Amino acid sequence: MITKDNAVSALTLQNITKRFGSTDVIRGVDLDVAEGEFVVFVGPSGCGKSTLLRIIAGLEDQTSGHVTIAGRNVDVTPPAKRGIAMVFQSYALYPHLTVKGNMGLALKQEGVEKSEIERRIAAAAKMLHLETLLDRRPSELSGGQRQRVAIGRAIVRQPKLFLFDEPLSNLDAALRVNTRIEIANLHRLLGGTMIYVTHDQIEAMTLADKIVVLSAGKIEQVGRPIDLYNKPANLFVAGFIGSPKMNFLTGAAAEKLDATTIGIRPEHIRVVPAGGVWEGKVSHLEKLGSDTFVYVAVEGADMVTVRIVGQADFEVGSTVGLAADEAHIHRFDKDGRAL
Amino acid sequence: MSKARSSVARTGLVHLALGAYTLLALFPIFLVLVNSFKTRAGIFSAPLQLPNAKTFSLIGYETVLKQGDFLGYFQNSLIVTVASIFLVLLFGAMAAFALSEYRFRGNTMMALYLALGIMIPIRLGTVAILQGMVATGLVNTLTALILVYTAQGLPLAVFILSEFMRQVSDDLKNAGRVDGLSEYTIFFRLVLPLVRPAMATVAVFTMIPIWNDLWFPLILAPGEKTKTVTLGAQMFIGQYVTNWNAVLSTLSLAILPVLILYFIFSRQLIRGITAGAVK
Repeated sequence: MITKDNAVSALTLQNITKRFGSTDVIRGVDLDVAEGEFVVFVGPSGCGKSTLLRIIAGLEDQTSGHVTIAGRNVDVTPPAKRGIAMVFQSYALYPHLTVKGNMGLALKQEGVEKSEIERRIAAAAKMLHLETLLDRRPSELSGGQRQRVAIGRAIVRQPKLFLFDEPLSNLDAALRVNTRIEIANLHRLLGGTMIYVTHDQIEAMTLADKIVVLSAGKIEQVGRPIDLYNKPANLFVAGFIGSPKMNFLTGAAAEKLDATTIGIRPEHIRVVPAGGVWEGKVSHLEKLGSDTFVYVAVEGADMVTVRIVGQADFEVGSTVGLAADEAHIHRFDKDGRAL
Repeated sequence: MSKARSSVARTGLVHLALGAYTLLALFPIFLVLVNSFKTRAGIFSAPLQLPNAKTFSLIGYETVLKQGDFLGYFQNSLIVTVASIFLVLLFGAMAAFALSEYRFRGNTMMALYLALGIMIPIRLGTVAILQGMVATGLVNTLTALILVYTAQGLPLAVFILSEFMRQVSDDLKNAGRVDGLSEYTIFFRLVLPLVRPAMATVAVFTMIPIWNDLWFPLILAPGEKTKTVTLGAQMFIGQYVTNWNAVLSTLSLAILPVLILYFIFSRQLIRGITAGAVK
């Protein structure tokens, strides 16, 4: 739907592998990113998502495989010549330059004309509300401002590919939500191709056109956020996408449905009077106001989480019945693949 | 807990200990300074006394300035020290950057090899160094001293600086690479300013032994034209008679330049710590 046929893809990865000594960090990754797409790499720490991003950027050499950016093979091209711009987790602003200097440095290195540099900086500054800060140094800026400067530094280059390496992890919660929206707006405004790495599945769900779930150096599933939520391809994706985590049940309950494991999301379980499909003791309650999470210890299974929209009250230790929404039960075989 | 920390007695004790140590460290310098302004009789009759009308004399300083070419000696010492510090910092920082930044075969072995110099005193190689200098015709030149001192200072410099360079954010260096800066620009413009406190530390540690050294000037460059201050002061120390006025005056004067250099570096040190870095 977003992928245009015949169009040159913005980024193609062909069988990328990476070894550090005897450790395989990336184990054969193939990926195709269409122009204008917002792709998020998500996975637990150590899954190789940052390494993959650095390989795309050219900051790390792949052990084997090919990287193609906008139809051009860049396997041996240095980072500066790949037509990319990158935003780092720690902002990585040059401490000795002003905001203006930080944004203009790459263009100066490229030999862009002075008036053009000024014009692009002014445009980016306007977009990111940095006009009044142009003459400050990074040490005089707050965390959120620094991250906006880092984004501005990427924008002015007008790259073929934007790379974001966990850009929100150093910000506090409130600022994170704001900056997330800002990045989404920016993507709509610029229409550029963006690759975004995060370990936060909420960032992935909210920003991405396409999510790439990685685990242990391999792609687990690629798809639209909502498809990953509705139809996870395997146990890993099922457990990783969605918060609170999907409940997994094995044993008799699963065998009844011809599966090794079944998974039900907390929002697809209802609490019913004792005597339902399953029974268990309430062990903990979390009341968020908008939602209530009930943790129920079910015999023969781990803790089952139930999400109730709105407010509800149960006594800890009381016995309740649980009923699952049949249409939303995910079934997995013994290898963890979805049935 | 916080009460105990702010208690007057506790702070007082800390200050007492620091004060005592300061006195201990400054006492020899005080002795040298005071006695350099006294007559010979004054020095021997009451060494701890401040100079008074009867014992005050500038004879030591007069001797120093008249005899021998002390301005030249100072110049030699200064040239050797400054040139050596410069080379130690430049090559030390470059080696440290390579060791901390690049993955290459033998990286760890190279780091160990370079650190070995900290444990083995360079003076053990004096004979070989002298032979080398004779063979290359560098005896009695300042170049000989600069080369030896650079070699002497490098191991510690590489060791300290590579530790500090490991702490410089990878993101910053990578941002430079993405923006098209060369590795040299990244090194000189991004990394070096951030490790300035470490550079100042290394400079101070390197400077003092070079300035005070007597061994290598005596062996490699004893000629009149290349004498350093410490070597120059030796001419007042005889086997039977020592001109203490002159020796003490020379030492007093010798403190000055090194003190100035120290102030320059320590200001850098403070500025380096207070300037906002990456995060």
